[in-house]
Amino acid sequence: MIENDLTIRIGGEAGQGLESSGAGLAKALARAGLHIFVHQSYMSRIRGGHNWATIRVSPTPIWGPLERVDLLLALDQETIQQDGLDVVAGGAIIHDESLTVNASLLERDINAIPLPLNAIAREKGSPVMANTAAAAAVAGLTGLPFRYIEGVIHDNFKKKGAEVIAQNVAVARAAYDLAVARGPAGCAYCLTPDESAPPRLVLNGNEAFCLGAVLGGCNFISAYPMTPSTSIFQWMMANAGEYGIVAKQAEDEIAAVCMAVGAAHAGARAMVSTSGGGFSLMVEGLGLAGMTETPLVLVDAQRPGPSTGMPTRTEQGDLLFLLWASQGEFPRIVLAPGTIEECFAAGWRAFNLAERYQTPVLVLTDGFQANAMRALAVDALDFAGVTIDRGKLLTPADLDALTEPYLRYKITPSGISPRALPGHPRAIFMATSDEHREDSHFEDEDPANRVAQSDKRLRKLDAALADVEAPRCYGPAQADLTLVEWGSSCGPVRETVDRLNAEGHSANQVHFCDLWPFPVETTRAALQDARRIVVVESNATGQFEFLLHACTGIRAHGHVRRYDGRPFTPEYILARL
Amino acid sequence: MATAKDFDNPVRPTWCSGCGNYAIWNGVKRALAQAGLEPHQVMLVGGIGCSSKLPDYTRANGFTSLHGRPIPIAHGIKLANHDLTVIVSAGDGDTYGLGLSHLINALRRNAGLTIMVHNNRIYGLTKGQYSPTSPVGFRTKTSPAGSLDAPINPIALALAVGGTFVARAFSGDLAHLVDVLTRAFTHRGCALVDILQPCVTFNPGFSYDYYRPRVYRLEEAGHDPTDFAAAWRLAQSEWGERVPIGVFRQVQQPTYEERLPVLSAGGPLVKQMRLWDEAAYARLREKFI
Repeated sequence: MIENDLTIRIGGEAGQGLESSGAGLAKALARAGLHIFVHQSYMSRIRGGHNWATIRVSPTPIWGPLERVDLLLALDQETIQQDGLDVVAGGAIIHDESLTVNASLLERDINAIPLPLNAIAREKGSPVMANTAAAAAVAGLTGLPFRYIEGVIHDNFKKKGAEVIAQNVAVARAAYDLAVARGPAGCAYCLTPDESAPPRLVLNGNEAFCLGAVLGGCNFISAYPMTPSTSIFQWMMANAGEYGIVAKQAEDEIAAVCMAVGAAHAGARAMVSTSGGGFSLMVEGLGLAGMTETPLVLVDAQRPGPSTGMPTRTEQGDLLFLLWASQGEFPRIVLAPGTIEECFAAGWRAFNLAERYQTPVLVLTDGFQANAMRALAVDALDFAGVTIDRGKLLTPADLDALTEPYLRYKITPSGISPRALPGHPRAIFMATSDEHREDSHFEDEDPANRVAQSDKRLRKLDAALADVEAPRCYGPAQADLTLVEWGSSCGPVRETVDRLNAEGHSANQVHFCDLWPFPVETTRAALQDARRIVVVESNATGQFEFLLHACTGIRAHGHVRRYDGRPFTPEYILARL
Repeated sequence: MATAKDFDNPVRPTWCSGCGNYAIWNGVKRALAQAGLEPHQVMLVGGIGCSSKLPDYTRANGFTSLHGRPIPIAHGIKLANHDLTVIVSAGDGDTYGLGLSHLINALRRNAGLTIMVHNNRIYGLTKGQYSPTSPVGFRTKTSPAGSLDAPINPIALALAVGGTFVARAFSGDLAHLVDVLTRAFTHRGCALVDILQPCVTFNPGFSYDYYRPRVYRLEEAGHDPTDFAAAWRLAQSEWGERVPIGVFRQVQQPTYEERLPVLSAGGPLVKQMRLWDEAAYARLREKFI
């Protein structure tokens, strides 16, 4: 018996409730004290197609998905055809009796476990509850106590009312009891709760970012829905009333970014969330924020491009675009959080950085991180560390005491000008997209003033370097192989490093979250002893590898790139080292 | 109580001599004073173009922004601080061309903004190309054989999408312009004021002399601004030899900000500050356990 160390995949068509049953089962397992990592594969359609949710379970902390599948719950024949190939020898396919498992799979020592999932759903509830039956059947086959399934059903269907809850519980109970009665034959896995484990949070990267943002005082979001950023907007919208947030769905991404610029200018902690295509439309607004020195937070949840690309998949292909987007030159700060914890921290840090340097902060995440959920200790997110820093913002009392005329774009050694909010009689001022003087007026086009204002803006980037966090090193200080990555590649690379070291190799990891201004000195320090540097990133052209070389002169010895729309796994990386 | 002079600043306009923008500028300052506003309570948001330089010449808060985009910027400002009187000063290119969807959306939301369109029916600052309100057959540098595009009818458009304040003014009739702008600035909700503005340099055909004999005041013609059907008829039929100016429609409906509970209950967003403690965070965290 393999205990608490397996990957479960629930597959079927869009509309069969895979996301909710996957999330429900994940929550049940997390409540049972197990470590989980959940990621999803879905297609850009409302019904049909082939989707899945994959839950990796472990007795110890885990950081990413695996390619292998141990238990496959198939709600349709397509799942058996496609995902059956990922099931390992000794694994099992749990499926409705109406489906068939190919002989070729059975020959590979994969066990077929047919159960009347559809019939149970039909009899005890409704046909749409086959997903509930499947999740409960897994619990029954693996020995997970029923109360964990029941608890999650109660929570998940709370809004749908007592009848829906009762039906789902009845379906789950019947499927669970049938699986228990059948016995674990053919299922070599068991799930044993760890009653001593502390409570765990289960959340994805987008949710973690929202949590950090709200605690960090974010009170304005304007957006236009675009996968895979939409869940940020929806979470903020769903919680807007409770937490005093203005959340506005704009008519397009141009309006979204402009609303956020306006709101930020007036004093809100404002953000906009989008994906690459929407960001393309926002570029002019980004430059406006740079020129007017408006603290804007912009999240790009990357998906494979160009153009529509692969809407529901993942890629790290927007890095260089974000770094240089807009005509002209202005300072920007770019963060690429790579873990749930970093997403949380990026949520509040982005607003502090934006207000401290009065310039746009861009947060790069991606489809993988947006949707992937991990269980973490209930106190793993550092609430005590959250600060709200509004930078050189003049309070009404400061403004009351002003004796000189207020200059919005005053030249200062740091480049940061004291910032007033519109509405105070002592500071009547203008923000200006044209090149402007210290007092915001813009029509003289004086060359010396142009240089002075441009230098002032760009000096802020030098100042911001002090707030840029160094790349994080993991593993032994000295190693034969150093895997360098950024953003969401963090988890899979970490597991790769652990595997290599466990197998007697010598490897470590250098992870970049803060990407711009580029942390040149700390990068050199982190890589000075590296013997062989391999850059791991989810794009075809090696954008970070290029940036690393451009900024530090450090050349990687090799790279592993993935751009098929799927996230990295240790298996994928190890096969290419 | 501020007077029109309190809205003067030392910057001198660079508009051409005789430009219709001067009267609009004077009208704005007088109307702001008549509306009982102080300079610090006002936010003027410009797009790009001659019209959009008005904030630079006026003592009030300002934001000169992007071509076509002043409306969403203005609405963002309003959502963050609805104590400000937020006024868009933009041109027909900004508002009826590039930013047309923003205009429609601000009107249908009844956003708490005044949108003043300096409608000179030409692209002036780029030196003479046809605009969304140029007539068919209009010859410019980019329509040498005459424009093929039918012009936008701003009044009909605004009425069609539920505008709660829809007006036209003429920069050659300052007293009336001040009256219309004062009503717009004090209107609760989205006010569109389409202002006929001669561009003496690049569009001499639509001059003061062209408009003056054609315009007539709706107020003097006995138009009832709550009568939608009458407003619609006027917007469709009266253009050319007779050009109505004044308020076509004004009705009171809840504004976007009033319908948003976070703002209606909590006051201006910038004055709301949520403080988190461990207990509040623990409750928030519960959503993820």
